[in-house]
Amino acid sequence: MSATVLLEARGLAIRFGGVIAADGVDLDVLEGEKLAIIGPNGAGKTTFLNIATGYLKPQAGTVRFLGREITAHRPRDITRFGIARAFQIPQLFLDHTVIENLLIAAAGHSGRTTLMRSLHDLPERSEMENLLDLVSIRDVADRRAGELPEGKRKLVDIAVALALKPRLLLMDEPTSGVASSEKFAIMDILVAALDKQRVTSVFVEHDMDMVTRYADRVAVWSAGKIQMSGPPAEVLADPVVREQVIGI
Amino acid sequence: MAGRSPALAWTLAAVVVAAGVIPILIPSMATLVVLILAKGIVVLGIIILLQAGQVSFGHAMFFAAGAYTAGFWGKYLGVGDLVAYLVVGTVVATILGLLVGLFVVRYREIFFGMLNLAFSMVLWSLLEKMFHLTNGADGMRVPRPTVFGMVFSPENFQYVLLYLTLAIAIAATFAVQRFLESPTGNMLRAIKSNETRLEYLGVSARRILLIGYVVSAALGGIGGVLVAVAQQIATPEFAYWTKSGEFVFIAILGGVGNAMGAFAGSAVFELVRFYASAQLANSWQLILGVVLIAIILFAPDGLIGLWKRQRAARDES
Repeated sequence: MSATVLLEARGLAIRFGGVIAADGVDLDVLEGEKLAIIGPNGAGKTTFLNIATGYLKPQAGTVRFLGREITAHRPRDITRFGIARAFQIPQLFLDHTVIENLLIAAAGHSGRTTLMRSLHDLPERSEMENLLDLVSIRDVADRRAGELPEGKRKLVDIAVALALKPRLLLMDEPTSGVASSEKFAIMDILVAALDKQRVTSVFVEHDMDMVTRYADRVAVWSAGKIQMSGPPAEVLADPVVREQVIGI
Repeated sequence: MAGRSPALAWTLAAVVVAAGVIPILIPSMATLVVLILAKGIVVLGIIILLQAGQVSFGHAMFFAAGAYTAGFWGKYLGVGDLVAYLVVGTVVATILGLLVGLFVVRYREIFFGMLNLAFSMVLWSLLEKMFHLTNGADGMRVPRPTVFGMVFSPENFQYVLLYLTLAIAIAATFAVQRFLESPTGNMLRAIKSNETRLEYLGVSARRILLIGYVVSAALGGIGGVLVAVAQQIATPEFAYWTKSGEFVFIAILGGVGNAMGAFAGSAVFELVRFYASAQLANSWQLILGVVLIAIILFAPDGLIGLWKRQRAARDES
């Protein structure tokens, strides 16, 4: 099986004042994989997500998605190309209910900005309810997003991203801010949903247990470069990685 | 939302009947009710923008655009038809809304509010300075128009205007409520709560705000035509910033969560003005100021919010 390259970053460079976040980053994301990006705090992992979604422009380098250059595009265009994003701090419409958050996403995805039909009567409604089932948050469908605890909000945030039917989902620490007792449960739900929808995913992660258990491949981002990438067992066993990133 | 709960539907029906019947019993009220309804229609537009968290301090420009459409028509084309005034006034306000909107939707909050104010003051000074075209500060007379080609006596015309205005107000309320419940209306509210996420859904927040802005400009134009016809004059004051402030005031007074708030606020505003100015001459604004302070302190959701809260308390007990 020769996997298609979904996302291809070449020679990415960006610095903020004296801080070098990326200095010649090359990284491929292959179709169907779950790629974890690890690295020391402030190494630039989130910056990569910001570049890949058009939120930041790199000072050098290119990003291609399915062969098409996306470096200079805006977030909303890149979203339309098929890259969705979930945030470290969930970005939701807090005054809307959970199902409404998903319906707004569905309307955005289909371009159905009709004026004369209620949001609740959109044809995507049953599909969105299924998505709530898939992410195990059907029980809070009619609660305001602002009322939910952080763990639930994380799942809603990811469900909103999945409502866009992306080819690629970029997640920034999907389980940060969640009680450690819930982390595995949330990731189990999440990974099952991703597999079911056949969505390729990249997640930035600090928790090595998460990486070992859920990633197909790990890339180590340190000192502005990808230092190493490969299967979790191999990468996490590397003495340099252990010292610099995991801090053992 | 309006129309959902039977209580609100009954209240709506009662208000409509009151607006339609009181002026028959007290003919002097007819014009006042027209003003209440017409300004309520303008305030519906303010409420639309407030959904997105944006306050326009220049919406009187669209109100004036509608009013001066009737004024220009009377001066240059002779007496026209009310229906034509409404159609052309709405089109003029819509086009103006699109042109100004393309610029102002790039900005948010105080910048949005102040840019709107700046545009409206440009229109105000044009109306005031271009004396040969607009009669300057004297304003333009709006002679009583025909309605669907029929000529009415002044006594009958005020009722025709009243019922036409009432019909437009009802239609506008339902249309706006529908709009707010639509995907676009919900995206408008989403601009207020999380514009970043909206962009990450592939949606242009500016485009959504522009749609809301143009709809609200059109409503401003309709209200402007109706007020100019009711008062038989359009003056530069229609575009002045205090007029814009008045619309925002009415919106906050009535409550911005619901289309009905526009008319509740407008009714209280015009009635206070009508009676307080009769009793207190030039200090009627003082009364309105006190009313606004009371609303902001004790009923931040406006009159409609106050009413809903009372109902909720009663249902619980």
